[in-house]
Amino acid sequence: MTDEIGIVTPQKLHVSTPLEMVSGSTLPQYDLAYETYGSLNTDKSNAILICHALSGNHHVAGQYEGESTKGWWDGYIGPGKPIDTNQFFVVCSNNLGGCHGSTGPASINPLTGKVYGPDFPIVTCKDWVHSQNTLRQHLGIDAWAAVIGGSMGGMQVLQWAIDYPDQIRHAIVIAAAPKLSAQNIAFNEVARRAIMTDPEFHEGRFIEAGTTPKRGLALARMLGHLTYLSDDMMGSKFGRELREGKLNYNFDVEFQVESYLRYQGEKFATKQNFDANTYLLMTKALDYFDPAADFDDDLSKALSKATAKFLIISFTTDWRFSPDRSHEIVKALLDNDADISYAEVNSQHGHDAFLLPNDHYEGVFRAYIDRIHAESNQQTKTKSGGA
Amino acid sequence: MASKTLSPEFKLIADWIHTQSRVLDLGCGDGQLLDYLIQHRSITGYGMEIDPQKNIKAIERGINVIQSNLNSHDICDYFDEDSFDFVIMTQALQVVSRPDLLLDEMLAVGKQSIITFPNFGHWRNRAQLFFGGHMPQNKSLPNPWYNTPNIHLCTFNDFEDLCEEKDIEIVARTVVNSRHEPTFAMRFAPNWLGEIALYRVQRKT
Repeated sequence: MTDEIGIVTPQKLHVSTPLEMVSGSTLPQYDLAYETYGSLNTDKSNAILICHALSGNHHVAGQYEGESTKGWWDGYIGPGKPIDTNQFFVVCSNNLGGCHGSTGPASINPLTGKVYGPDFPIVTCKDWVHSQNTLRQHLGIDAWAAVIGGSMGGMQVLQWAIDYPDQIRHAIVIAAAPKLSAQNIAFNEVARRAIMTDPEFHEGRFIEAGTTPKRGLALARMLGHLTYLSDDMMGSKFGRELREGKLNYNFDVEFQVESYLRYQGEKFATKQNFDANTYLLMTKALDYFDPAADFDDDLSKALSKATAKFLIISFTTDWRFSPDRSHEIVKALLDNDADISYAEVNSQHGHDAFLLPNDHYEGVFRAYIDRIHAESNQQTKTKSGGA
Repeated sequence: MASKTLSPEFKLIADWIHTQSRVLDLGCGDGQLLDYLIQHRSITGYGMEIDPQKNIKAIERGINVIQSNLNSHDICDYFDEDSFDFVIMTQALQVVSRPDLLLDEMLAVGKQSIITFPNFGHWRNRAQLFFGGHMPQNKSLPNPWYNTPNIHLCTFNDFEDLCEEKDIEIVARTVVNSRHEPTFAMRFAPNWLGEIALYRVQRKT
């Protein structure tokens, strides 16, 4: 039986300890916006951290008072759902540099009293994990039963397993890669150029200028969408279908696929009010992500200290982070004799598949989460037995 | 308990596996054999399986299972040489596209390999072909010729010839009937009377 989480309210953690960042900058203080679902058990062994993707945020499940839209992974989190909130305490925070409540470029810089804008320091995946670890301590959790994420979130999971091996028992890495390819970086660069060359960008000080680089942001989002969908999917969803049923021989929207992309871009830039500087920061963090770089470019070495058990999932038509990229992670974990399972899910939805319903995906996910639940129970028993 | 429902073939294999060894099970299905070996032989290792539903079952059992197609991926892509004490492949030799190459890979990543397959040279198969003029179809080979995963059927003699050719040493062989019982007569004419063979092989040193 599945039920709904219902109304949720975001919370905020204010951290006044300065954060030393990988870039060399220091963030004197910061806020982390987060949400939680379910309840933490007495020995605090049932906590799961969800890491969000590029344009995501901490609103993973449930809905806000007076709003009808649900969190971005509501289908997988809730009572009776694969991540069962009757069993687990689920946490998700908005990444630092984000624009949905955590300190980011749209926040006020306490040193100047003005909006950070382009002065917000470059954040990396390592910084995110570092700040999330502060949230873990704040919540009084010794170790996450699991850290789970897709795409950029999956990379964050890898970083967690490498940086805090004792604080993570299971790592679920979905549709991710151990680092970006030249092609991935190239797409990000085009997205950034679209934003930065928008006349409304104002060198990143668009908030102070009282405007937003909507066109650039919309273009960046359109480009992003291209990489999230598979060729097959676009073909079956739009084909060469025409909006008005005939060619007009002009530059207006003629094909349905054009209409779809424009709509997605528009929605992102206006309705979702995504901060353009955040978009730049997130894509940069993706480009910089390369945990093997600190270990002689050897991913196996990078993962050698990881003690978590892993579940890696990829999707057949995902060309942004293809199954081959997941293979690299699998291989590195096998080199370390790690506990790992890997599933390559058949889906026509490309990179987007990690957010969509799919029987195989859900089956694997549910089976693995049940295992984590059984282990958590075991741990509770051992602890109470020993006490 | 898993042990009570364990297939006789798996029991015979388990007899060959020493405790705390590292095991790779190719085509591990729902992970029954690995589950048994973990519980009764304290082994560690991995299963590989292409079928999504079986993968889910294996994960439910707590098995480390890698979803992979043995025909499109080399085992050597995943594992270094001598990573395992045993590489097991039950009833799958005849379904892969190049059994000979797979055998090489199995013996590259593992010290020993355990392989089981149905004997095409069993008298019943021979009789169906010889007297009936039809491709054999029976309990151990249930599929019709036009729709069968068994694309590389062989006899015990064929397999042993391949081992000879490849310089592979047959360490042990158990020949059984379809109920996995060895009979006295099979010892004298295994290629006629044996329905399933279990081989344990290694590279000649």
